[in-house]
Amino acid sequence: MVDSTDTTVEEKDEVLSDSVAVDTDGFGKSVISEEVILEVNSLETHFTTRWGTVKAVDGISYHVKRGETLGIVGESGSGKSVTALSLMRLVPSPPGAIVGGEVLLGGRDLLQISEKEMTSVRGGEISIILQDPMQALNPVFNIANQVGEAIKIHQKLKGPALWDKVVDSLRKVRIPAPELRAKDFPHQLSGGMRQRVVGAIGISSSPAVIIADEPTTSLDVTIQAAYLRLLRQIQQEEGVGIIFITHDFGIVAKMCDRVAVMYAGRIVEVADVRTIFNTPLHEYTKALIGSVPKLEEKTGRLPQIEGQPPLLYNLPEGDAFAPRSTLEFTEEDVAKRPPLIEVEPDHWVQMSRSSVTDYDKYAHLMPAEDA
Amino acid sequence: MTTTEQNVTTGNAAIPSVPGINPGADAIISIRNLRKWYQVGGGFLGFGDKIWLKAVDDVSFDIEHNKTFGLVGESGCGKTTTLKLLLGLEKPTSGTIYYEGEDVTTMTKAGKTEFRRSVQAVFQDPWSSLNPRMRVRSIVGEPLEIATSMTKGQIATRVGDLLSETGLNPYQANLYPHEFSGGQRQRIGIARALALNPKVIALDEPVSALDVSIRAQIMNLLVDLQEEHGLAYLLVAHNLATVRYMCHDMAVMYLGVVQESGETEAIFNNPMHIYTNALVSAALPSHPDIQREEFLLPGEVVSPINPPPGDVFMTRTPLEVDPNHKWANERPPLVEKEPGHWVVETPWSMASDAGLKVELTGHKGV
Repeated sequence: MVDSTDTTVEEKDEVLSDSVAVDTDGFGKSVISEEVILEVNSLETHFTTRWGTVKAVDGISYHVKRGETLGIVGESGSGKSVTALSLMRLVPSPPGAIVGGEVLLGGRDLLQISEKEMTSVRGGEISIILQDPMQALNPVFNIANQVGEAIKIHQKLKGPALWDKVVDSLRKVRIPAPELRAKDFPHQLSGGMRQRVVGAIGISSSPAVIIADEPTTSLDVTIQAAYLRLLRQIQQEEGVGIIFITHDFGIVAKMCDRVAVMYAGRIVEVADVRTIFNTPLHEYTKALIGSVPKLEEKTGRLPQIEGQPPLLYNLPEGDAFAPRSTLEFTEEDVAKRPPLIEVEPDHWVQMSRSSVTDYDKYAHLMPAEDA
Repeated sequence: MTTTEQNVTTGNAAIPSVPGINPGADAIISIRNLRKWYQVGGGFLGFGDKIWLKAVDDVSFDIEHNKTFGLVGESGCGKTTTLKLLLGLEKPTSGTIYYEGEDVTTMTKAGKTEFRRSVQAVFQDPWSSLNPRMRVRSIVGEPLEIATSMTKGQIATRVGDLLSETGLNPYQANLYPHEFSGGQRQRIGIARALALNPKVIALDEPVSALDVSIRAQIMNLLVDLQEEHGLAYLLVAHNLATVRYMCHDMAVMYLGVVQESGETEAIFNNPMHIYTNALVSAALPSHPDIQREEFLLPGEVVSPINPPPGDVFMTRTPLEVDPNHKWANERPPLVEKEPGHWVVETPWSMASDAGLKVELTGHKGV
């Protein structure tokens, strides 16, 4: 699907000095295989609060293939980060609890295995790169210590072997002079370098899946671009599946192969990234993409989504987007939970009259009891 | 082509004309040769060389009536310091700010009060910029209590009006900030900024902390308010797409110095400086089929402490720098390369010389 557009840069190469990196193959080729490495089925994570039960993740399913980047897009409070924490079984309990579903990785259900086994999965088979590199790194330990900790636990290395592996991990994330940098403390590094160290910890044990939870929001544009490119390169080298959690459609356009759009704890649309941008069906997806100003051209007045994201306690059983929808629908249409329907191969939409313009076109796909 | 020595008039004889300013601009705020240097070391008891952090170094621009001026650059480029200097939150080391053609520092007391009333601010983070212990009515009404002689009843009415104008409900005046979402809090911040009928509002990353679906609401609100009240904005942002949407004119800053400035569309249609091109090339695309070549400049942003005496950009350019060249030892000026489009031109700063010209529209596939 993703083909490398060979832009002509020959004439530029002559004038360029070696130090300027020009991306010649678009943004790297995807190396997606058909092998599904992670499968999440009807995952439900609830939080008990004094206002009621918050269904932060309300029965969502998705999968990640080897070498693929799945983008999970949504606003704050849509449940995208809780999804990630649930995979790692890091949801604070109480108040949170994973109340249902399964997470299949390497033939076992991560929600069923013991806490001890889970410890070896965390940072071993799945690792997570968090948003704020300053919070993810401990200021009183040096870099070698922090990168080494994960390697010590998962690969049982010691002494010079451990040191070599640490330097190797730092080299993989393109930290210049890794032997020297390994002895530095976090405050001695720039923001971009710190985020690379967090990345080095993430990839040190060759995980099958990396969860990247908005890893670039605190970085400058140029540093962000370099970091995204790096993630993509590592993915090509290691064939790792990436779950990229973000609210920025620019990152989705640049990084992701497939996209799942979340709203109020549910997935409202999943499709290939080009389908999401070219022919989105759910009103929320359309509105989100439309409300971002474009860099490439002078944008006229932006269409905006009216209203606020919903409060997550006591959500209606039906379509949570209905209160913000501009479509015509009756109360009956939003009484039931809308089903996720496969309208085209691999293009799934949460189908309801309140959220899909061409509802009638797809009505025949609806489960029989609704008809 | 060199218009640097050309005598440009700005409509007001008292304001000096400098490169980078378009003649005949209908300026409400004119900033001229603004410098903010912080002493970070040296100079013990008056001896020895002082070490300066040059946060803002010789910056000049005009904010026109009813228009938006954008400042872009990476963290540490001095854009926020410039905004603070305009608001009077920092005292400039040298340079002048003119408000409606009048030097702010030599204004009478009444004039200064008027200036402070007319220039308001909206900040980036709506979670930390509103006092959590104050009700909305006090937050929005506070400027009215301090700066006007309005009665309590008049203030309450005005607060209600301001809230409805910014898309909130007047009854929400009795609530506390924590009872609002991020977008609503930003609306409260905007209502407060509007309270004294300002003419200029400084916007420091007004949407970057907000959710995507809310950003368009706030940007549209700002655009509407600008039209209704004839406001001028100074927008500090790092998101280039936001700048292109909101700004009429803009300046790209690097290490405290403006590298390229002019009309927003002129710059986006033809970015000339290597640094501008690097920023644009690194910006995220709006569609997966747009694949821009990224130019990663060698090195990282250098420290603004004792920057090079010549062109500050020379340590980042991919081209060769002649250490004996005039602009390696002396600060190069902005040159008007096409009408209303100014750029720092040195043998190593132009994107066309380096073959690093970014094509914004060229890669649009299906």
